[in-house]
Amino acid sequence: MPPLARYVSLRLFMAVILAFGVTLITFALANLVPGDPVQAALGEQASNNPAIVEQFREDMGLDQPLPVQYVTYMTNLFQGDLGVSTQTKTPVAEELASAFPATAELAIAAILVAIVIGVALGLWAALRRGRAIDHLIRVVSLVGISVPTFWLAILVYFFFYSQLRLLPGSGRLSPLTIPPPNVTGFYTVDSAFAGQWTTFGDAALHLVMPASVLALGAIGLLTRFSRSSVLEVLNLEYIKAASAKGLPARTVILKYVLRGASVPIIAVTGIAFGSLLAGAVLTEQVFAWHGIGELAYNAATRLDLPVVMGVGLLVGITYICVNLIVDLIYGVVDPRARVS
Amino acid sequence: MTVDTQALVASRRSFRVPAALRSPLGYVGVGIVLIWAFIAVAAPWLAPFDPLADDFPRLQPPDATNLMGTDAIGRDVLSRVMFGARTSMPLAFLIVASSMVIGSTIGAIAGYFGKAVDEILMRITDVVFAFPSIILAMVIAAALGPSLTNAFIALVFVSWPSYARVARSLVIVARKNDYVVAGRLLGAGPLTSLRRDVMPNVTSPLLVLGSLNVGTAVLELAGLSFLGLGAIPPLPDWGAAVSEGVHHFSSWWISLYPGLAILTVVVAFNLIGDSLRDSLDPSTAKQVKGGRL
Repeated sequence: MPPLARYVSLRLFMAVILAFGVTLITFALANLVPGDPVQAALGEQASNNPAIVEQFREDMGLDQPLPVQYVTYMTNLFQGDLGVSTQTKTPVAEELASAFPATAELAIAAILVAIVIGVALGLWAALRRGRAIDHLIRVVSLVGISVPTFWLAILVYFFFYSQLRLLPGSGRLSPLTIPPPNVTGFYTVDSAFAGQWTTFGDAALHLVMPASVLALGAIGLLTRFSRSSVLEVLNLEYIKAASAKGLPARTVILKYVLRGASVPIIAVTGIAFGSLLAGAVLTEQVFAWHGIGELAYNAATRLDLPVVMGVGLLVGITYICVNLIVDLIYGVVDPRARVS
Repeated sequence: MTVDTQALVASRRSFRVPAALRSPLGYVGVGIVLIWAFIAVAAPWLAPFDPLADDFPRLQPPDATNLMGTDAIGRDVLSRVMFGARTSMPLAFLIVASSMVIGSTIGAIAGYFGKAVDEILMRITDVVFAFPSIILAMVIAAALGPSLTNAFIALVFVSWPSYARVARSLVIVARKNDYVVAGRLLGAGPLTSLRRDVMPNVTSPLLVLGSLNVGTAVLELAGLSFLGLGAIPPLPDWGAAVSEGVHHFSSWWISLYPGLAILTVVVAFNLIGDSLRDSLDPSTAKQVKGGRL
């Protein structure tokens, strides 16, 4: 097999293994819940009757050995059955499906912003190493990775919406605005496809606040990594040779330095995306953004376990997929990765 | 938060902490942490009011009596911020210490014994790594039920893999040293050899990794409390205090000050961790000349 094909299939295989591992963890947690699930489901009176309890355990497959239960769990999973929310009584899969596009749109907007700003700041700081701007950027990126996003979200909301009225406050669209025809579930993309430019503008404006807040942590991470990997590349012989040859600084930076520094930056983008998904869970509630995060917040604060498990599973699988994509890009950009 | 583990692994030089903190920013970090440690210890004497007493009008903006205002049920925010240091900081240290011990042990065993043991332990590590940590912690804490103890268990469970990975790579290198081989030949069993000859030589990078993770632990603990899965009311807690602001947007002081407390502590720990790492890492210690092209 050619190295690239081998690399791709190995990565795919690892991702599938990891996804199974993730289901093992959620399965284990679902079976480890303190408090008897039988009692929770039947209520106190019925659970005092051994015959009813026995019947229930049999119906639910709880009398089966754990491996059999796991197989049942996986079968249900593949059929899209993730249980029913204890709060709303709707199937968890349905809730997740309706919330996912909102979070995906938010996360993708945030990661794009973070990549552009983070790499630019990191490059800038590295090129001006030791000067005032370098120190300033380092401090900003340190604050970026240290700030509690849920706190920042509240402050930004208060300042830019409640006080200044600069940006729309909550939700994905202004009240009375009709959502665009559902194709991708991304309001910006769908409205652009449909040519509804007012709706597009509205959706984009609603994205600004939550996406910026979410991007900040990822910007901090990407800036730090870009700076150090650019510094490493700057020291290499071929960069010196390129500048000595008389190539304009712009060409050297854009064609040689950034290319050389790109591999670690791509690698950290996957991790940054993970921190972004985590941030979404903590901040969506503040912006009334009806996504996975808001779902998770409400489920966690009300101890709606099936939904919490569903969110964990979905985020875990999404994170694995993102990292798989990152690994694949990595393999294309850096041929050395294919053989190791 | 991610840590450049390769740099940690590449540098196995021993170091002394005072020398390692050469950078002024490292000392700033130590200073801030010491101030917060003092506040945590002296909170009963420093705090102007009882953090649990709802003696004041509700949602009072900061004034001369309540320097940071009052919260939704009329408690003094300043006093609650001071008492909040008593849960966040010790618990964050405990999370880091416990996950470091567990992770290092698992990683060291995997690295020392290799083969199937290594494969099994590292695949488990990979799976835990496959979740964004706060999400997995949320799932575990929700399954166990909300309490600080369960938040602690959840965060230890999600934090050990990074130590396992670093410890494993360090041990794989260290076990090939002549003195380790000599120890085995003299009759030391594998566990004795690991404990006496290998581990003492791999601790510094693990400690640095730990110092880099204290800030993350504070943040994640606050995140769980924000979700209602950590500190239980009425216990004064920073994350829980910030979350009260979600329902009272116009009363900005409820969230602002506890959040600032979290931010300063996390920045301080990250400054300390950064300077410790820089002093261990030869690639950043080596001055790069002529940054400008």
